[in-house]
Amino acid sequence: MQLKIKNLHVSYGNIKALHGINFSVEAGEIVTVIGANGAGKSTTLRAISRMIPSEEGSVIEFNGENILKYSADKVVAKLGICHVPEGRRIFGNLTVTENFILATFARKDKNQIKKDQKWVFDLFPRLEERKDQLAGTLSGGEQQMLAVGRAYMSGHKIMLLDEPSMGLAPILMLDMFEALKEINRLGTTILLVEQNARLALKFAQRGYVIENGELVLEGEASSLLDNPDVKKAYLGA
Amino acid sequence: MDYFLQNLINALQWGSFYAVISIGYSMVYGVLMVFNFAHGDIFMLGTYIGFAIATLFIAVFSALLPTWVIFAAVVIITMFLASWIGVFVEVVGYRPLRQAPRASAAITGLMIGIIFETGILIFLGAKRLSFPPLMESHVYNIGGVYFTNIKVMVIVISLILMLALHGLIQKTKWGMAMRAMSFDFLAVPLMGVSINIIAPLTFAIGAGLASVAGILYGQAYPILDPYMGVLIGWKAFVAAILGGRGSIKGAAMAGYLLGFIEIFVAMVFPSTFRDLIAYSIILLILTYRPRGFFGMEYSTKLRL
Repeated sequence: MQLKIKNLHVSYGNIKALHGINFSVEAGEIVTVIGANGAGKSTTLRAISRMIPSEEGSVIEFNGENILKYSADKVVAKLGICHVPEGRRIFGNLTVTENFILATFARKDKNQIKKDQKWVFDLFPRLEERKDQLAGTLSGGEQQMLAVGRAYMSGHKIMLLDEPSMGLAPILMLDMFEALKEINRLGTTILLVEQNARLALKFAQRGYVIENGELVLEGEASSLLDNPDVKKAYLGA
Repeated sequence: MDYFLQNLINALQWGSFYAVISIGYSMVYGVLMVFNFAHGDIFMLGTYIGFAIATLFIAVFSALLPTWVIFAAVVIITMFLASWIGVFVEVVGYRPLRQAPRASAAITGLMIGIIFETGILIFLGAKRLSFPPLMESHVYNIGGVYFTNIKVMVIVISLILMLALHGLIQKTKWGMAMRAMSFDFLAVPLMGVSINIIAPLTFAIGAGLASVAGILYGQAYPILDPYMGVLIGWKAFVAAILGGRGSIKGAAMAGYLLGFIEIFVAMVFPSTFRDLIAYSIILLILTYRPRGFFGMEYSTKLRL
């Protein structure tokens, strides 16, 4: 088990966002968590990457190591857990290249960085064409590519993806998921949260359904696609 | 015309102090969105450190080493030591209050400033100290314009410092991290970059710059007292805001503008009127340009 989450509780002030969720991800898997807006999808990812604190008693382990003892930057730098946050959060005042340099801030393996950079540029040739441009001037699709590529450069044992389809035209969305498949094929585990449940379940091997801060269903992605409750609630059929 | 050129040089020197000090406010604001109100007193403390190092070096090495070596050593060592004051202010004053309301973080700086002033007063007494000259002063006369090597040095070193800072911010990964923080604070840790390194580094650079300004100030106006940082600190803060919050370029330019306005007002009016008229002018500029020269056009709503 690469990523193991047990009894994860998170609150924002007095509002409870996660009520003790449990799930796990195997190395090399593509797993998705689907659910409505505000169900706790982003909160789950933010808790894993330590952007927000988890409550006492929560357990998050990565390869058997307790993540909760690390700060957000160490989760990336030491454990190789990268996070593509909701809304991309690229640094618009930096060039594309500078965004990449920043992503490798804590890395010392210069040669591997070069190889990773080349690989990312091969995956997203548009970014190489625009490498000296300010990231804020990129189109939405290109910004999403940068967010994914940058996360990959920061560490890529597992990639946490928060709504990578958001705001993308359907054709760009498919391209993006093709690229993500390529990243996974090279050995990066993927944990994806999506509102676009159909897209996510077609892409993933396994899935979980989250409602009001609790996981209510889990199973093979294909079986969730056929599940009548899921169909009714999330697939609009 | 000679009179004008004379004052131009004076204004450049005077503006250099404001410019170098105001950058410290601007950098910290850009990166952490707080004003470091201890900065004026960091300048004061940096000047005292410069004073101590200069006194020591002149006593020990003046017979052994050329003047410029001593000067360079004093600047570098003072900068290094003073930057730790910046780290101290960040770690002790601002870090525990990162989640606190902005106003609380602002008074932290004020309190630390008062602590520094009082600390100096207690340990060194109220008597004014005199900054030892690090080089002989020569007066030059070019076409009727008189200036000293000290003035030229203040102007040149300030420019070098600002260019070096520009290079650091534009070319190094630490500079990139600072710029990234000014754009989106919360996304920076996701890049594996620790805010607890970048934040104190920012304070340290500001403090280091202020301490060099202190040494230069000590060469031009060699009197030290525990409250010397208060007024100049406030004025540099005015420059930082006038330049546009978070804009280093703006802070430097506004620093020079302040110097020019003050000197040229004093050229026309009696010097007691200087600040009254100078700051009325700045108030007027701000009325028409409330965001300052280079107010941040981008800024994320998501902050701490």
